[in-house]
This record gives sequence, C-alpha cells and structure tokens, in this order.
Amino acid sequence: MSVLELDTPVRTEPQPGARIRRRRLPGRAWQRWISPLVLLLAWQIASTTGLLPTRLLAAPSTIAATAVDLVQAGTLPTAIAVSLQRVLIGFTAGAVAGVGLALVAGLSRRGENAVDPIMQMLRALPFFGLIPLFILWFGIGEAPKVLLVALAVSFPLYLNTFAGIRGVDGKLAEVARTVGLGRAQLIRHIVLPGALPQTLVGLRQSLGVAWLALIVAEQVNANAGLGYMINDAREFLRTDVIVVGLLVYSALGLLTDALVRLLERRALTWRREFLAR
Amino acid sequence: MATRVPGALTRTAAPAVAAVEALTRGFGERTVLDRLDLEITRGEFIALLGRSGSGKSTLLRALAGLDDEAEGGLSVTGSVAVAFQEPRLVPWKRVHANVTLGLAVPDAKEKADAALAEVGLTERAGAWPLTLSGGEAQRASLARALVRDPDLLLLDEPFSALDALTRITIHQLVLDLWSVHRPAVLLVTHDVDEALLLADRVLVLDQGRIAHESAVPAPRPRHRDHPDLTSLRRTLLAALGVSPEGTT
Repeated sequence: MSVLELDTPVRTEPQPGARIRRRRLPGRAWQRWISPLVLLLAWQIASTTGLLPTRLLAAPSTIAATAVDLVQAGTLPTAIAVSLQRVLIGFTAGAVAGVGLALVAGLSRRGENAVDPIMQMLRALPFFGLIPLFILWFGIGEAPKVLLVALAVSFPLYLNTFAGIRGVDGKLAEVARTVGLGRAQLIRHIVLPGALPQTLVGLRQSLGVAWLALIVAEQVNANAGLGYMINDAREFLRTDVIVVGLLVYSALGLLTDALVRLLERRALTWRREFLAR
Repeated sequence: MATRVPGALTRTAAPAVAAVEALTRGFGERTVLDRLDLEITRGEFIALLGRSGSGKSTLLRALAGLDDEAEGGLSVTGSVAVAFQEPRLVPWKRVHANVTLGLAVPDAKEKADAALAEVGLTERAGAWPLTLSGGEAQRASLARALVRDPDLLLLDEPFSALDALTRITIHQLVLDLWSVHRPAVLLVTHDVDEALLLADRVLVLDQGRIAHESAVPAPRPRHRDHPDLTSLRRTLLAALGVSPEGTT
C-alpha cells in the first residue's frame, strides 16, 4: 500500500519517463522538423506573394529582421527586463504565500480549519475578473500587475503542497515514531521531502500561470514591458512586433519550465533512478 | 510494573523486558485484544501466531508504542525497535541515512556501517531504497532496527513478502543477529514452520487472548523434519483451528 501511494503521483506525471524514452530514439528525430519547416516556408511564400497581407500577419523574414532591430535598439531587452521583474516579484510573493499557507494548513488541523476554507473559496474566483477591482484598489502602476501574478501563483502551489503534505505515507510517520523522531524532525525528514514531488508539480503549474497572468495584466494597462510593446505595436499595425513579443513570451515560459525540470531532476534523484531502471 | 506471571505461564526469574497486563483494545464494536497478559523475558525469541484479525499486529503496535488507545498495563524496559512487514524505508533517504534515521549517538555513522555490514548490505549503503530488491530492502530495515541495540526487537511479519529462497537466508540472518546481540524478539507471523524454526516459545493468539503456548526445546539449527517439531506443528495447527496437512 505504501508503495502504491508513493508510486501514483510518479506515474501520473509523465515527464521523467517520457524524456528517457525520447532519448532512446535518436535516429528519426529530424523527421519531426519537417512539418514545422514546411509550414514556415508556406507562410513565407504566402507573405511574399501578397496572399497574406502584412497588416494581418507579417512574413517570417520580416519578423526575424524586426527581432534583430528591436534587440539592437534596446527596446526588446528593456521590455523583457521589466516583464521579468514583474514575474519574479509576483512569483516570489505568491510562492511564499502559497507554500506558507500550505504548511500552516497541512501541518495542523487547526491550521487547516483556519486556512483551507478561505483558500477553497478564493480559488473559485476567476482571478482575471479581479483586474477591475485591482485597478480601483492599486491604480495602474506596478502593484496590480505584480499582485495578479502573485495571486495566480499562490493557488497551484498552495493546493499541491497541501495535498503533498497530506499525501505523505502514514506508515513512514509510524517509522519516524518508532525511531524516536520528534515532531520537528518528522516534518523535516518525512513530511517536507515527502511533499516535495507534489510541490514541484505545483511549481510548474504556477510558473505557467504566472506568465499568463502577466500577459493579461500587461494587456490591460502598462507603460513598459512586453505587453506594452505589443499593445503599442497594435496601434501601428506592426504585426511583426506583436509576433516577436509573443515569441518572447513563449520562450520565457519554456525557459522557466526547463528550470523547474532541472530542479526536479536534482531534487528527486531518488525517484529518477527508480524510473530509469 | 509487577512481574506477576499470569495464568498458567511459568517462567524463570529472568528479568522481563516487557510486561503486558490485561491489555484491551477495541476497534468500534469489535474487541481485538481482550485483557491480554504477556511477559517477555530478556533475550528470548517469541513467535506470535494467530489467524488474520486475531490481534497479532495490534499487540505488536501497542508494544511498539504506536497505539495510544489500548487500555491496560503495558511496560517496556529498555529500547524497542521495529521491522515491519513492508520494509518502510524512507524513499528519499539513501540506505545509510535510513539506518541512521533518528539515531542520536555520536558514532551513528560507524554504527550504521557496522549494522549494514552485518546484514551484508555494505555495498548498497549509498543506494536509493527504490532500487533495492525485496530482500535487500528487508535487510536494510533489519539494519535500521539493529543499529539501535534494542532490548526488544519487534518483527511484524517481515518475511511474508519475500520469495521462498530469500526468506530462508533472511531467517538465518535473523537467527545470527539474534545470537550475537541477544535482544528479546517478538516475531509476529502466520507461518507455523517459521515460528518453529526460529522461536524459543510460540504463542497462539485467539479471540484477543493468548490461547496456547508451547516451548520449543529443540536445539538450533533446527531442521523442519525434526520429530519434536513435527508433533509440535500438529499441536499448533490444531490450536489455530487447522487440521494438519495430509493424514498421518
């Protein structure tokens, strides 16, 4: 039973196993590049022949050139720095709040009774719907954007960490008791490491939603950052700049996801070696 | 705690490592332990037999200090260690760290090395528990119990999940460890042969009380076909309410 409980989250989360399998098929990997390249070529041809007007979508070559220009002019690096800073601050605040509340709720019944009902109620709120209120409360500066990111981040981390703590195998807690671990040591050696895999799942979810929250917040109102760059480009029908902005958003999203995966590989070696067998 | 010997049990005056008196434990309507009396002498090897649901594991959990709801007298002098049916290794701690878990002595590392050497797991000290075989994991679990120099070692069917060949080697290992360290052992099992092979004294638990007790006088190493054991086996099986295998 204990093995089953430990195994279940491992199997529902496909990344580590999938990666291993992909590595075992090196020969045919290039075939997966054919269809995207064909699509890109078709897009370029459609743009060049005028089939696809620039005011709807710029040509790939134009987009690439624009990207280079934006980097050289410093517009893009500045915009990325501003957006990255918002995400970082918002994420940190949200992560501290989410994990902190999960610890309070997960480690004691009283904490659960105090925290969990409120979190479950707030979870039901569509947080993008809070934007009007946030603007009324915090104006149109940095605060509402950062707070929206923080709010979005805190829920996946709270829910997953809480579930992770509660999902720790009770049989291991009994072992801790028979070897004489106190409550603090039980939390340190058994509960927190046991909750870590689930917390990392929450971390990936929350980083994904952090970028989403940022994009929404920046669309509504911004005078700097990637969202501002995109909105500004819309005014001038610069579809090339809009696409560059979108590509940067996705690149940043992929990058943070890769960071979490790296963290997972380091933190969960005990599980990885088992899966790799 | 008084060293009163209850019922028909007669015992030498060796000091008791654990004494259970009128221990009662119910789950809802069901009484699992019913005013149970038991005394465990220092260094003796007891096997506790019983059908499933007879309260074997409940008694062991009470002795392990894992049951806060049992009523009655229970006293244990000295340290207790437990090896469970499933090895219950902490999966995110390497084998060596599992052995030293909660071990608050200055030379914990050396003691763990020694314990792992004794169970033949020195080479796997740095391995993750999920990569161990069933036998290796159970050895690690034994090392984790042993390293605490227990006065009372509680074994909760630790062999039942092992394959037959591994079980034979682990039986021998437990006997070797017991003869070196001499803890009192309470082995919970449902395997009569295992009980006869290992224990000094075999108890049969039924209806929440000790319904039968047999001393096993045969010298070790014992062979399954020893004539004394054959008759004892029949007695124990009868006490368990099973007619002996085959006709004799």
